[in-house]
Amino acid sequence: MTKVLTTRFDLKGEACDIDVYIKTGGYQALTKVLKESTPDQVIEEVKKSSLRGRGGAGFPTGMKWSFVPKQSARPKYVVCNADESEPGTGKDRDLMRYDPHQLLEGMAIAAYALNAPNNYIYIRGEYWYIIAILEKAIAQAKERGYLGKNILGTDFECNIYVHPGAGAYICGEETALLESLEGKRGHPRLKPPFPAIVGLYGGPTVVNNVETLAAVPWIINNGGEAYKALGTEKSGGTKMFTVSGHVNKPGNYEVPMGYPMRDLIYKDCGGIKGGKQLKGVIPGGSSMPVFTPEDVEKATMDYESIASLGSMLGSGGVIVMDETVDMFEMTMNTIHFYKHESCGWCTPCREGTRWLYKVCERMKKYEGKPGDVDLLDDLAGKILGKSFCALGDAAAMPVQGMIKKFRPDFEKRIKQNFVQLTAAD
Amino acid sequence: MFSPENEKKIDEYISHYPVKRSAILPALHLAQIEHGYVTDEDVQYLARRLDMRVNEVEEVVTFYSMYSRKPIGQYKLQVCRTLSCNLAGCDKITEQINHKLGIKVNETTPDGRFTLQEVECLGYCDLAPVLQVNFDYYEQITPERTEEIIEKLK
Ligand SMILES: Cc1cc2nc3c(=O)[nH]c(=O)nc-3n(C[C@H](O)[C@H](O)[C@H](O)COP(=O)(O)O)c2cc1C
Ligand code: SF4
Ligand code: FES
Repeated sequence: MTKVLTTRFDLKGEACDIDVYIKTGGYQALTKVLKESTPDQVIEEVKKSSLRGRGGAGFPTGMKWSFVPKQSARPKYVVCNADESEPGTGKDRDLMRYDPHQLLEGMAIAAYALNAPNNYIYIRGEYWYIIAILEKAIAQAKERGYLGKNILGTDFECNIYVHPGAGAYICGEETALLESLEGKRGHPRLKPPFPAIVGLYGGPTVVNNVETLAAVPWIINNGGEAYKALGTEKSGGTKMFTVSGHVNKPGNYEVPMGYPMRDLIYKDCGGIKGGKQLKGVIPGGSSMPVFTPEDVEKATMDYESIASLGSMLGSGGVIVMDETVDMFEMTMNTIHFYKHESCGWCTPCREGTRWLYKVCERMKKYEGKPGDVDLLDDLAGKILGKSFCALGDAAAMPVQGMIKKFRPDFEKRIKQNFVQLTAAD
Repeated sequence: MFSPENEKKIDEYISHYPVKRSAILPALHLAQIEHGYVTDEDVQYLARRLDMRVNEVEEVVTFYSMYSRKPIGQYKLQVCRTLSCNLAGCDKITEQINHKLGIKVNETTPDGRFTLQEVECLGYCDLAPVLQVNFDYYEQITPERTEEIIEKLK
């Protein structure tokens, strides 16, 4: 299987050193575009690759770049989203700590395509040691003339700064992230205007996930067509998946788009721990509706297949749960997360997540009232599509998905059912 | 208000942005590292230094969960409680700390050394359960190793 993103992972961090990175083919793509390509040609190549955003929404990257106006009174920016806080996801962490220059090179190429001299990596504050890795890599790249002014003797200037967040999931949402970078609370902005038109400090801004930008050097070196050919017709290239939960070998895996989910779980990850039976899999991070074992048999790891089964590829966080797991408990855990992370700006999300949690609290004690399962479903429905930003949907979708697929785990939390069940024992 | 070294770092941060205010998050991290928490003086000082109003700084501090406006333990023991860590048995880690140090979640030991907190996903889901102690991560942690780590810090 061809690797695009993880070719240097075996070096266990040695590629943080620029010499190792260069020896293994690094900075060739940046050199190539500066010598041979116009900014428009770079954007065309990325369009050809059919690369889609790896941060969750899956928006076509080349198209996003082409929305940025050529001329702009205000400076343009490339902002890398390294907030990585979707539960179940830890891929950007390894992309940055094992191969920081690959990200910097991808960002510099994006900055060249958009003509953006000053650019930021917004990284979650907890990744403090990775900030140090990135800053060292930036200093090295500057020293060698791959970043800074007059890159490789041209008049292209590109600076990259690392900006730490401070513990707020909502700052992964691109407009909240921009507010946070401007030194404010992380409340999302109204869209439109989209960041590509009015973004950071009012300038046109491209926000891309770490994994999206890290794929760019390979695309330039090998061509957009070659990248696309690695995956399926509609989902090009490869994708990283963080597999966690009840598998024998949890970890980060890079596989071609279209890879069978079954193989990822049973071959790459060595199957279910302790020989237990599979109960369910969350395919794309905590925001996404859950799969049953039957869904897993049918699913391939690409946007279309996962969507056709009623969920989403999201951030690529694959959470595997064995037969011992109580899906009500998992749902309550998820609701706790979204209640905690709701930024409080709009009522459906702020109040809705609190209500959901309140109902769960009585169900946890097996004191649910008749109708509580429908009440949960209903409350989720009142958040979905009615909130100011996509966090509301992210809170609602997994609740509805869990109730739909694992209703008995909820019903047994209703007091009168519980009394009947224990009486029958 | 800050050590000369951290003052230099704040200058450096300010130079990264077209507006000074953008340096508030990194500067607050430095304040917390140097003083243990964000003090009243830090808020006043950073407001002056970054051309912000005091209440604007307060608004930012209270929004982000990594900052504390009150003194906390020298070592922040943060156990992730979210999905993957829950599946991997994070409750046992929290219980071990309860037992070993006699503190519950959000409590600090009387000697001011340790504070226990439950936090949301730390981005280490594949290496769950995870414990973060200040800026250090401990992956695939067991109750036994939790005890060892605490012993070493004591
Ligand atoms: C609540 C919420 C949290 C998000 N968190 C992240 C995140 O941690 N990392 C990320 O790259 N994108 C995250 N996103 C998606 C971003 O808004 C944005 O779509 C993405 O960074 C664009 O980059 P891409 O096109 O390369 O995927 C989040 C979205 C929402 C609504
Ligand atoms: S949906 Fe939630 S996170 Fe988004 S703006 Fe509303 S309250 Fe904030
Ligand atoms: S759920 Fe604990 S690190 Fe992600």
